[in-house]
Amino acid sequence: MSAAAEILEKPRTQTPVNMASADFAERAAIDRSCRGPVLFFYTSAILWLLAGSLLGFLASFKMHSPEFLDALAPLNFGRIRPAHLNVVAYGWATQAGLGTAIWLMARLCRIPLAKPWILNIAIVFFNVGLTLGIGALLLGQGNSIEWLEMPGYSMFIMFVAFALVAIWGVHMFVRRREGHVYVSQWYLLAALFWFPWLFGTACILIHTVNLGGVSLGAVNWWYGHNVLGLWFTPIGLASAYYFIPKVIGRPVHSYYLSALGFWSLGLFYSWNGMHHLIGGPFPAWLITASIVASFMMIIPVLTVAINHHMTTKGSFHLLKYSPTLRFTVVGAMAYTLVSLQGISMASRQLNQITHFTHYTIGHSHLGLYAFFTMIMFGAMYYIIPRLVGCEWRSPTMIKMHFWLSFYGIILMVAALTFGGMAQGLNLDNPSVSFNAVTEGTIPYLQARSWSGIALTLAHVIFAVHYGMMLFRLGRKGKPTLFVDLPQEAKA
Amino acid sequence: MNSLPKLFLGIFLVFAFAWVGLVALPYLNLGFLQPEVNEEAGTVLPQPRPGLAQLGSKVYASEGCIYCHSQQVRPEWAGSDIERGWGLRRTVPRDYIYDRPVYLGTMRTGPDLSNIGARQPSREWHHKHLYAPRVMSGQYSTMPAYRYLYEMRPITGAPSDLALKFDTGVEIPDGYELVPTANAIALVEYLVSLNRNYSLEEAPVE
Repeated sequence: MSAAAEILEKPRTQTPVNMASADFAERAAIDRSCRGPVLFFYTSAILWLLAGSLLGFLASFKMHSPEFLDALAPLNFGRIRPAHLNVVAYGWATQAGLGTAIWLMARLCRIPLAKPWILNIAIVFFNVGLTLGIGALLLGQGNSIEWLEMPGYSMFIMFVAFALVAIWGVHMFVRRREGHVYVSQWYLLAALFWFPWLFGTACILIHTVNLGGVSLGAVNWWYGHNVLGLWFTPIGLASAYYFIPKVIGRPVHSYYLSALGFWSLGLFYSWNGMHHLIGGPFPAWLITASIVASFMMIIPVLTVAINHHMTTKGSFHLLKYSPTLRFTVVGAMAYTLVSLQGISMASRQLNQITHFTHYTIGHSHLGLYAFFTMIMFGAMYYIIPRLVGCEWRSPTMIKMHFWLSFYGIILMVAALTFGGMAQGLNLDNPSVSFNAVTEGTIPYLQARSWSGIALTLAHVIFAVHYGMMLFRLGRKGKPTLFVDLPQEAKA
Repeated sequence: MNSLPKLFLGIFLVFAFAWVGLVALPYLNLGFLQPEVNEEAGTVLPQPRPGLAQLGSKVYASEGCIYCHSQQVRPEWAGSDIERGWGLRRTVPRDYIYDRPVYLGTMRTGPDLSNIGARQPSREWHHKHLYAPRVMSGQYSTMPAYRYLYEMRPITGAPSDLALKFDTGVEIPDGYELVPTANAIALVEYLVSLNRNYSLEEAPVE
């Protein structure tokens, strides 16, 4: 067997020859223990992804055609825009991340998940809280504090659920049977601590202390940026650090780079938030501290990029075959790209142009979609067959999902980046009337709506494929790859 | 890095460090600002909003105005906000002491509203604009119409003083009148209350 065939075609539904059977039984037991909660997380995440795609498309369409469906209050742009954000951030990304985190933690700690039914209850709570919150936004009860729009009661329910899942993750870590702690586990552990803290603190400051004035603005962007930096980023990186070496069958390039990347991420990312407020009514020290921290992000970003690149070097041809690897590597590359872009946007010169424009929206989709969501898709393509006991039905559907997502997000980011740049340059030039600024953005916004169609289609295909897996309509035998490995390699 | 206590300590310190810097210090620094009392001129600035405008700020939040409109004027060296006529001076922390929540905003699909009450003090204009944005500010406005904040109803008894009248663009059938709901009245009170063009010691109007 060629190296590629050996790595990618290892069957897992029957006992493999080249793997100790005790090891195999242990993994199977861990996967069995995770099946309920992880599939529950994934199912709700994918349903929210469909809802979020629809809301996003609707919001996008209304930006260039404001008369579309404008008679109904719950479908007003000002309500579906925050609904879209909360649905994709908490419904899709957070639940996909939690499902992946639980599975990774169990596998890396080599310990079955204890009392999975308690996690199932947490997931019910989480979804009930979120549904109430989204309903409240659509019915006009949002508070317009970005990323924290939902009412206190729904956020409290979600907080309890988060805390429960975090306790489960940390508990697994405490009881771990594997002596060595892998880099993914640092990220997972940190994310599981950071996120409930962050979410809980923000909820208390907004709903209990009733903070006002510009100190609320500071809390808002401390939270808003740290959801990305201390929650989605560590989960995404934990997943990339696990699946890249796993699929290509080589260890991570450097332990020291991993450690440097981890601690510098926590130290610098957590201080980034105020770069959303450059030029705003804040003391200079506060804004400058965040600009400095944003520039320091060059350290964790390059460290992780080098580490991932050196690990993958020599194995890039495997991207042709493995869906998990292709989604994950694309996501990891987008991470480098979006972080470097974010650093540049923190400079006062560029920020003066891009602040308050669609450029920022392009940036956030490059982060939350091209980086985080692609990595989650990669993880799901790997984990789900192990939970349901069959392989993905159709390589064509995976291919369509990948290319629609890939070109869809490129089109979206390109349209918003160029459109936002034009908008920003026009806004900064007072001789261009505001109407002319708006008129100039419309073709770009229409292009963005086309990308929304592509992404929604990709998600529908993925959801159908996932549904087939849930009903065990997948294949038996070898893992499903994009293309079959070359014949001579198998000989 | 194999031990939970050591990892936890690092994770905790990283979080606490940023919390002190970006949450606690700004609060201590800015959370206790008081209005500026000028005894010579006999002014106290800024002024709290009247009750109806206060209610209107909730409508501003629930309708999501913030997703297209900012409320902050950047200084001359940081953008063209002042040249565009969005304010006479940059806005400063003291301007926002009564704002709960604060609507600084991150997007300018529409113009900045820090001083919309000074720029457009007419309540009638605001009502007509909310009902039919493209009639009032040109075909390229992409603002949603807030028709559900208005009621088209048959005239019974004396016609309402608040009824909206359009010369072109909106047809109102005979015997009907178009009147704002309570939410629309509150929202417009809030919009006309937005005026931060007064002079403060730290941000004088020259």
